[in-house]
Amino acid sequence: MIEFRAVTKRFPDGTTAVDRLDLVAGAGRITVFVGPSGCGKTTSLRMVNRMIEPTSGSILVDGTDIASRDPAQLRRGIGYVIQQSGLFPHRTIVDNVATVPMLLGWNKRRARARAVELMELVGLTPELAKRYPAQLSGGQQQRVGVARALAADPPVLLMDEPFSAVDPVVRTSLQDELLRLQSELGKTVVFVTHDIDEAVKLGDKVAVFRTGGVLAQYDEPGVLLSRPADGFVDSFVGRDRGYRGLSFVSSDGLPIGEVVTVRVGQPGPAEVWTLVVDEERRPLGWFDGRSAGGGPVDADDLVPGGSLYDTGSGSLRAALDAALSSPSGRGVAVDDEGRVLGSIGADDVLRALADARRAGAAV
Amino acid sequence: MNWVLANLELIRELTVQHLGFSLPPLLIGLLIALPLGWLANRTRTGRTVLINLAGLLFTIPSLALFVLLPIVLGTQILNPVNVIVALTIYTVALLVRTVADALAAVPQVVVNAATAMGFSPLRRFLAVELPMAVPVIVAGLRVAAVSAISLVTVGSVIGFGGLGRMFTDGFQRDIPQEITVGIVLVLALALAVDGLLLVFGRVLTPWARLRETAGSTA
Repeated sequence: MIEFRAVTKRFPDGTTAVDRLDLVAGAGRITVFVGPSGCGKTTSLRMVNRMIEPTSGSILVDGTDIASRDPAQLRRGIGYVIQQSGLFPHRTIVDNVATVPMLLGWNKRRARARAVELMELVGLTPELAKRYPAQLSGGQQQRVGVARALAADPPVLLMDEPFSAVDPVVRTSLQDELLRLQSELGKTVVFVTHDIDEAVKLGDKVAVFRTGGVLAQYDEPGVLLSRPADGFVDSFVGRDRGYRGLSFVSSDGLPIGEVVTVRVGQPGPAEVWTLVVDEERRPLGWFDGRSAGGGPVDADDLVPGGSLYDTGSGSLRAALDAALSSPSGRGVAVDDEGRVLGSIGADDVLRALADARRAGAAV
Repeated sequence: MNWVLANLELIRELTVQHLGFSLPPLLIGLLIALPLGWLANRTRTGRTVLINLAGLLFTIPSLALFVLLPIVLGTQILNPVNVIVALTIYTVALLVRTVADALAAVPQVVVNAATAMGFSPLRRFLAVELPMAVPVIVAGLRVAAVSAISLVTVGSVIGFGGLGRMFTDGFQRDIPQEITVGIVLVLALALAVDGLLLVFGRVLTPWARLRETAGSTA
């Protein structure tokens, strides 16, 4: 657990970067600091490992005031991942990852063995061990950065815009990877980003900072989207927050309706939309009975379907998107194996949302 | 060629002497320039003072230094210490700036990452900043080496040994062959030491030539 107690940071030029911050980042959870540039989010993060010293107030890590700890000792117990990875260009990947174990006095063989373990954990093949950082792609370098931060198994992990310099596809996979790692490792993570979507995706709780280092709101992502504390948070959270907020509403209890299915080669019902499936009842696309006029279903006539609503891991957002993106207006609900269970309409989703609100969900 | 064949022993002796005068100052100069360059890189004023001082030292004419040093050091005029000290001064003058620039060129993000990993300042300097500064420092050392090897010949004018002796001797005794061979040997020596430093630098920094490919493999 990381606890900020009335922490203020003023720089010598008079600017206040962080203004009386009171905040608790829960143990084993991902806490995201988000806000526009100059809001003090990075300064707050860097005060946790004493890269920056607060002007007043105190910070406690697992109950101990960090001001009483030797900075170098403290930092060896706190993983740190930064933008552009900050890898040592003159050291091989395995030695980069082994940095903190070596600083802690492990022998070289043990530190390297541990480093190879960590490389596998973050999805890097051991063949990369002898390469230098310049020989890796940006996404791979960022993985090495994460492995290096985790090498000595620190309970706390600080991440300073770690994924902002890689392209969107790689960023998404790194985010998913982080969530997978976190579900295995349960670190106390503080993650800084300027990207609200990243914050909402990764955070168990999200702290929105405003310029001048004031904490504007600190809540779970669903609450942030449905009940922004003020106009600043509302505008920062951005467009479509009602729609995005549906990600945090469970689709349990959403009724799944019937859907007529047909196989390729069978006669297609006229005048209606029919869902075409394969032998395993996995959806292939839609058959438009109005334009086809009753003949057998030809694979070339299929209209591509919309997104699929996976009932196992579903949220109302996935259900609504399935309905909205389907050419027939009915979203296709599937099970974990991708087999068709039935269909849902946008109105079903809205009714489920209303029920959730009545039941007191923060939507 | 006759002169060369008749004087192989002398040539060998002068070459060894030449290296003996020029190599120790490089090593001593580097060891002095490292902390000074680090100091110059600490503060803006420190940098201005140290680098200007170094520049000033390099403007002292070498002949004047060879003559003045015995007075300052209290040594005999032909004591080899005079040459070693003089060339050390030039090496330091050249390398302080190089070391300061090389350390300043280490990306701040890497230095900060090292600090955040829990390196103490001294360990960070030895394990991160210095190794990353090696390519630039070696480049400066090559310039200093060539400069030192050529400056040793100036010492011969006032009677020190080294290959420069072949210029003065050849001139006084009118043996053009001796002068030519002297020039060729000084050049060869400079090229050889330069090449050795180049290879040494590359062996130390296998990562340095990978830099340009960074990011292109994304």
